[in-house]
Order: sequence, then structure tokens, then C-alpha cells
Amino acid sequence: MASIDSGGGDSGHKKGPGVKKAKKLSTKVDMTPLVDLAFLLITFFIFTTTMSTPAGMPLFMPKDTEKDEDKNKAKESGALTLMLGKNNQVYYYEGQLLPDGSNFKSTSFDPENGVRQVVMRKKQSTPAEDLVIVIKPNEDASYKNTVDILDEMTINQVKRFALVDITPNENELVLATQARAGIR
Amino acid sequence: MPSVKIPRKSSDTDMTPFVDVGFLILFFFIMATKFKPPQPVEITTPNSVSTEKMPDNDALLVEMDPTGRVFFSMLAEKDPTMKYTVIDNIAKTRNITLTEQQKKNFQNGGPVGVSFAQLPALLGKAPADQAKVKQEGIPIKDSLSNELYYWVRDAVTVMAGRPVQYLIKIDNEAKYPDFKRVIEAFKRNDIYKFKLVTSPEDAPAGSPLAVDRANQK
Repeated sequence: MASIDSGGGDSGHKKGPGVKKAKKLSTKVDMTPLVDLAFLLITFFIFTTTMSTPAGMPLFMPKDTEKDEDKNKAKESGALTLMLGKNNQVYYYEGQLLPDGSNFKSTSFDPENGVRQVVMRKKQSTPAEDLVIVIKPNEDASYKNTVDILDEMTINQVKRFALVDITPNENELVLATQARAGIR
Repeated sequence: MPSVKIPRKSSDTDMTPFVDVGFLILFFFIMATKFKPPQPVEITTPNSVSTEKMPDNDALLVEMDPTGRVFFSMLAEKDPTMKYTVIDNIAKTRNITLTEQQKKNFQNGGPVGVSFAQLPALLGKAPADQAKVKQEGIPIKDSLSNELYYWVRDAVTVMAGRPVQYLIKIDNEAKYPDFKRVIEAFKRNDIYKFKLVTSPEDAPAGSPLAVDRANQK
């Protein structure tokens, strides 16, 4: 209390008899600047942070030389060929493509009635060891669609699938179908 | 008339709990934040149900933006001298003259997205300035001048004996043929196993994968 006494003595001459009032200092500190700074930092870190760490999707490609042998191994009854075109469109046929293209169908990435249902139907109707899915994106297919269709294989737990180039024959059919549907 | 006394309430509120929570959040974000290195391009990756973690080390990363520009980088934080060795090899095999400083700039710099011809100019800049330079992308358009092949070849030689992973990070909007050319550059180096960088998403309800994952839990 000595310091406060001396402080009082310095400042005033009001020392009455028996009156010794020490000035009470408030223990409260103005925290506003502290809080301001803290929230500034919070906002900064919220904006700079990347919460979701990317995931790695494994992709195994076949050796080019082995491709022909792999193709021969596939049973016609168990094969499903998916082709990717513009505007998130998927075209598919089962087994061999008929010369008149009558088994060439189109679908989309719709979660309710799209390529997933096509794959699931095929998976249910064929023995597990015969099922082979061939994925053929054409020149206009986006990378997103390619990853989506590979993801579809993981979702439906298809064990055997291959990412292959589209044949000119198939590409023509895809382009013709796109032109008919008015997709540019 | 009896006067009614309204007690005066203080306008001060006790901010202590508020500040407590504020600092708690602040500490959380400081701890959880991992700064990403400066990127020359912004890439939005597609989603996949994959849950595999990405490696931070011992990996080659090939990035592609929506317009098809290709960037190459090596993730070798633990042993940055490997990057030096790679650029040294590149300079030797591709007949580019690079100074010590330029090689050091590669070692400390980020992704590279220029042809070999423009490499000295890019590496002449300090690592912090490299990201600001408008880069054309590594040429991959035709198989004869597929320069990515040489980058991968030299990096693989230097990283031999390590469990190297090959990361491919491509934007949603990129086209499939460009993706194929990147794959081809790796295939010519006898590399067939890749990891596509994707954003995680949940398996759709009712699908075989979702059922399988629920059973494992």
C-alpha cells in the first residue's frame, strides 16, 4: 500500500485528519484489442487451411504388349463395353457390337438410373469370373468422367476392368448418336 | 407518488467464456493448418470413393490444368539433394547449360511447367518468383517430343531403390486424350501403377461398396 500512499501524497493536498482513502484500481483489463486480434487470426487460419486432404485413387494400366492376350481371355457373354462421350454421356453394349449397332445404347451418370444400374445389372446376370468391363473414353470425354467411371468400378466392386482406346468404328457410332441427340 | 426504482444494469458483459472459446478455435486452426506450397495453377480434382492417403515424400507429381498445361514436380522433402541430382542429369542428357544457381533454384522451387528450351529462363528466377511466371506447360502433345518422358526417366533413375509413388493430379475439365498422353509418358518408362489425386467422397448408399464398408465396421 506504500506506493498508493505516496501516489496520493504526490497528487493532492486534501489530507484530512484520519481520512486516508486509497484509490482502488480496477482489476478489469480491456480485452477488446486482444479479442480483435484473436478473431482476425481465426479468420485467417480458417481461410488458409485445407481441411479435406486429397485421396489417392489407385490405377493400374496394362502393359501394351499384353493387351491382346487380355482381350482374348474375355468371354463374350461377360463383356460390357462402356464408351464415354461429350456432355457426361455414356454409351454401352454387351458382348460384341452387332454390325447394325442394335445393341448400342446410351445412358448417363445419373445416380438413380444411369451407368451404375447398367453395371449392377450386368454384374448380377454374369458369373463373377466372366465379368469384364472395358472402358473406352473418346476424344471428347472429360477427365472427370474418366475418373467417375473408374470410381464406378470401385463402387460396384468390379474386379476386372480395363481402360482402352476407342475403335474408329465405335467412335463413329458415338458421334452419330451425339449428333442425333443434338449434343455438340 | 411513490417512485419506482429501476435498478441500473451495467452495460458490460463478461466476455471471458467468449474469449476462451475464441482462443480454443484459434489454437485448433493453428495446429491443423498445413500450408500448401505456392501453386502456379489452381486445380479442382474430381471426387472418388477412394480413401487412400497421399504420400508427402518419395513421389513424382504430374499436374494438369483445364487447358492441358502439364507441370512436373518431385516430392522429396526429406532429401532435397535428389532434386539437384535430377536437374543435373536433365541438363546433361538434354544438353542444357545450367548454372549452379539455376540448379539450386530447381531444388528449392515448386512445379516446373516449361519446355527444356525455356528451362534456363525459368530457373534463372528465385523460387518465390517462379510461380508468378506464366508457364506454357511441359510439351506432351506428340510422342516424339514428349518431354515428360525424360523428366520421369531421370527422376526415376535418381529415386531408384525408394518406394516411389506416381501421382497424377488433373483438373475436372481436362480432356481424356491429354490424360492418356501423361499415362503414356509413364508407360514408356515401364511404370504402370499410378495414383490419381481425387477429393474424397462417401460411397453411395446401397451400393455394394457401401454395404461392404458397413460390414467391416
